[in-house]
Amino acid sequence: MTNIMTIAGKEFKSYLASPTAYIVISVFLVFTGAFFSFISPFNTSTYVETSIRGFLQPASIIVLFLGPLLAMRLLAEERKLGTIELLMTAPVRDSQVVLGKFLGSVGVLLVMLAVTLYYPLMLSIYGDPDPGPIGTGYLGIFLLGCVSLAVGLFGSSLTSNQIVAVVVSGGILLALWFIATAAQYLPQALGNTVNYFSLSGYFPDFMRGIIDTRGIIYYLSITALFLFLTIRSLENSRWS
Amino acid sequence: MIEVKNLTKYYGKRLALDNISFEVKKGAIVGFLGPNAAGKTTTMRILTGFLAATTGEVKVAGYDILTNSLEARRHIGYLPEAVPLYTDMTVCGCLEFLASLRGVPGDRLRSRVDEVVEVCGLEEYYDVLISKLSKGFRQRVGVAQAIVHEPEVLILDEPTIGIDPIQVASTRQLIRELGKERTVLISTHILPEVSVICERVIIIHEGKIVAEDSIKNLSSLVSGPRRVRLEVQGPTKKIADLLRQIKGVSRVSHQGSNLIIEYPASLDLRSKITESVVQGGFTLLSLESVEMSLEDIFLKLTTEEETEEANG
Repeated sequence: MTNIMTIAGKEFKSYLASPTAYIVISVFLVFTGAFFSFISPFNTSTYVETSIRGFLQPASIIVLFLGPLLAMRLLAEERKLGTIELLMTAPVRDSQVVLGKFLGSVGVLLVMLAVTLYYPLMLSIYGDPDPGPIGTGYLGIFLLGCVSLAVGLFGSSLTSNQIVAVVVSGGILLALWFIATAAQYLPQALGNTVNYFSLSGYFPDFMRGIIDTRGIIYYLSITALFLFLTIRSLENSRWS
Repeated sequence: MIEVKNLTKYYGKRLALDNISFEVKKGAIVGFLGPNAAGKTTTMRILTGFLAATTGEVKVAGYDILTNSLEARRHIGYLPEAVPLYTDMTVCGCLEFLASLRGVPGDRLRSRVDEVVEVCGLEEYYDVLISKLSKGFRQRVGVAQAIVHEPEVLILDEPTIGIDPIQVASTRQLIRELGKERTVLISTHILPEVSVICERVIIIHEGKIVAEDSIKNLSSLVSGPRRVRLEVQGPTKKIADLLRQIKGVSRVSHQGSNLIIEYPASLDLRSKITESVVQGGFTLLSLESVEMSLEDIFLKLTTEEETEEANG
């Protein structure tokens, strides 16, 4: 556990010392902020609803892309600099390396989400929003962020080129997101099964304030799956 | 302290290490010598657990690097070839991170880092970003991170490559210093380095060990004529003719204003040489025996290996 926290702490500090995290957080805030004010109670030309749906909907897509961007350097840079040699010869398990890196980036995700808390804060000052959907919405965004970071970390473990890492993990996430669209063209029974594997399928429930354990378990297991694949990818590089 | 048995490593189909075995005793400083692409770095990566061998067994400090990897790694300090470091961290930040990763307890972290910073002469760069350091100082940080957790075994992959001669000298001094209490395996393709730092040398060529011995024994292992260098005052040509008449001298050659005299190792002709120079009416300024240099040994061993292969 100490090893995991040492690595997580180091990664978190590295994020704060490099421009990447600030850029990613800024981009996230600009877009979600814009959508929040377009589709919000303050803009009476659309619809009036004291919810953060205007923030959550675009945030879900943006988080999907920002995860790989945040995670791309985690292992690819270690390979590029050669520091992976220091890390993998230290008395630390590969799983601890992967979990530490992952938690470090989750720290940034939490900071990013914490900064957006002023949206619901504003709503509660000027209106009376339903806290349920806000809570589940944040839970959904957080879980989706974890999936995106885990896939990003996996992409980062495959290469020393950060661009390649982003493209690979972005591709995987897009496929998982739009698999639902493809499912429409499949026969009913097959389509329904495929739908279970879609990242996008579970998100609306979180926005509506429904806690569907299937969704939570799905997001957590995809996260776990890609963390596991990352560990295997690291182990595999010893046998090259 | 380091035991390597029948180590073989394939990269895909390419054979990098061909059934090598060697042992490094506790407290020894051993040089791992070979030309580029001989398999030095591969061997060191396997010893440190970064790579897994295709077949063979490696034990470091008594622990198997594969089955008891974490325990073995705890006892190793490793300086990889290109001195990789976290360039976005400060010297102290990087050392603290690596120290705590290798199990230095939190309350001793600061004092251990301070100690190695002092040993490696990095006091002035304590809070400097590693990306701002010159190559020589990065090298020192590399050595510092290798010893920060007080490992019993030090594995240094080409520690003096790419730094200026003054820093090379100080790095060698540092390694000798470190070797007093530790077992050190150091790889290099710079031959004089081995004779300066090491007690024993393992010569590797194309994935095979071609020789393993103390430096002294290696010189005599490769049998050849004994040679002495003579500095004289007077016409060297005449003196050379004079020396050729001594019974047993096989060859006299010129080296600048000096003369090199060769004779079979079974004889000692030094007193006769002195006598004949003085009797000829010339002044002898100096006489020293020329030992076969490591370069000669290396060349001889690796080329012999090649001819054997050609015959086989």
